[in-house]
Amino acid sequence: MNSRIIIVNVIRWFLLLFVQIFLLKNMGFYDLSTPFIYVLFLLLLPFGIPNILLYLLAFGTGLTLDAFYDTMGVHATACVVLAFVRISFISISLNRDAIDDPEPALSYMGFQWFSLYAFLCVVAHHLVLFFLETFRLTEIGYTLMRCGLSCIFTLLIILLVEFIFYRRTPR
Amino acid sequence: MRNLWIFISRYNAFFLFIIFFIVGIYLTVKNNSYQRSVTLNSSNEIVGTAYERLNIFKRYLNLGMVNDSLAAENAKLKSQLLGLTTVDTTKDVKVVDTVTNQQYTYLAAKVVKNSITLRNNVMTINKGTVDGIKSGMAVIAPQRGVVGFIRDVSAHLATIQSLLHKDTKISVTLKKNNALGSLVWGDGNFDIKKAFVKEVPNHIKMYVGDSVVTSGYGSFPAGILVGKIINPNVATNDNFLSGELNLFTDFSTLQYVYVVKDKKAEEQKALESLVKPNE
Repeated sequence: MNSRIIIVNVIRWFLLLFVQIFLLKNMGFYDLSTPFIYVLFLLLLPFGIPNILLYLLAFGTGLTLDAFYDTMGVHATACVVLAFVRISFISISLNRDAIDDPEPALSYMGFQWFSLYAFLCVVAHHLVLFFLETFRLTEIGYTLMRCGLSCIFTLLIILLVEFIFYRRTPR
Repeated sequence: MRNLWIFISRYNAFFLFIIFFIVGIYLTVKNNSYQRSVTLNSSNEIVGTAYERLNIFKRYLNLGMVNDSLAAENAKLKSQLLGLTTVDTTKDVKVVDTVTNQQYTYLAAKVVKNSITLRNNVMTINKGTVDGIKSGMAVIAPQRGVVGFIRDVSAHLATIQSLLHKDTKISVTLKKNNALGSLVWGDGNFDIKKAFVKEVPNHIKMYVGDSVVTSGYGSFPAGILVGKIINPNVATNDNFLSGELNLFTDFSTLQYVYVVKDKKAEEQKALESLVKPNE
């Protein structure tokens, strides 16, 4: 069981980063909306993961992305913020002892919980990402617009992927 | 100590977040040239402002020395003035251009009414027909820069249609490649420090920082500095290039202007009127 989770996550990591780097990197609407689907990997890490490992994975994933995007540290920081939001949201919304689902996926948690969870994480990630990228407050309107539109795009794709890989499990 | 460890391990998510976040920001600032330059510049700005504040106090310490040097300069200027009191400063000053044998004369005039906030601005000067001013003469600023054209003249006063007017169009050239253009103000931009050079042919390359001077084809003498290009290639709907420039003239603090009298203006006009428009 344990090794299965690891293998699934490793495959997911490679798949999502491959799609992100080779497909979605070249996509974008008028330089306004760019999807960052790779955050789905961090969203779907199992519940039982230790915090330190989560942060290390987030940082490492971010750094890998940075290497391909030539933006050293920007994605890493954004991913770390996402990890913090993830931990906070899970500890607030769920009872730690009563969790018997393996991972926070749509098929286990239901649409309402998962969409709120994904929304908060993605918004936090994108805000940090775009503001670190722009690194000035004078273009705040444009940055916020880019951020908002990208959030919508990313969330749309995340929900799409989750519905495609929906597993009907007895709840 | 044990309590501290318990506290830290209990909120480990937050402390780990702080650590990783700082590392991330550090990497971002260290490895990206733009972000680094912003960080360095803003810290330089803080240091610079601090020095500026300090300088205000330092200036007071030097007041005695500055006063002495000003007094000495005053005495020197006063002694020079004694020799000049007989000269009437409002008389024409002659500038003879020996190269083309043209003769422009400049007449200093004081601005008695100025306006800069309207779409079409007109100012008034204290010289009129008595001083030989005629409608259509060019007006330039004291140091450098153009002001506009004389519009209406009375006996002792005249109005200037300033550059900040929708009908004012001054023929200019770019200094680097002598390309002709028209200087206009206020086409979607009502900043009194900026204007546009329009109708520059498409094959000309404009450079940032290139000087714009008058062409000499209108009533302005050639070579009067107008401004510096700050934004070449402004998009327009016509088939010409446009550029934005910073004007050297500061219309908001204009107190004295020079009216340019062209001795050959009437002769030129008479000659050119012989050419029929649709020949």
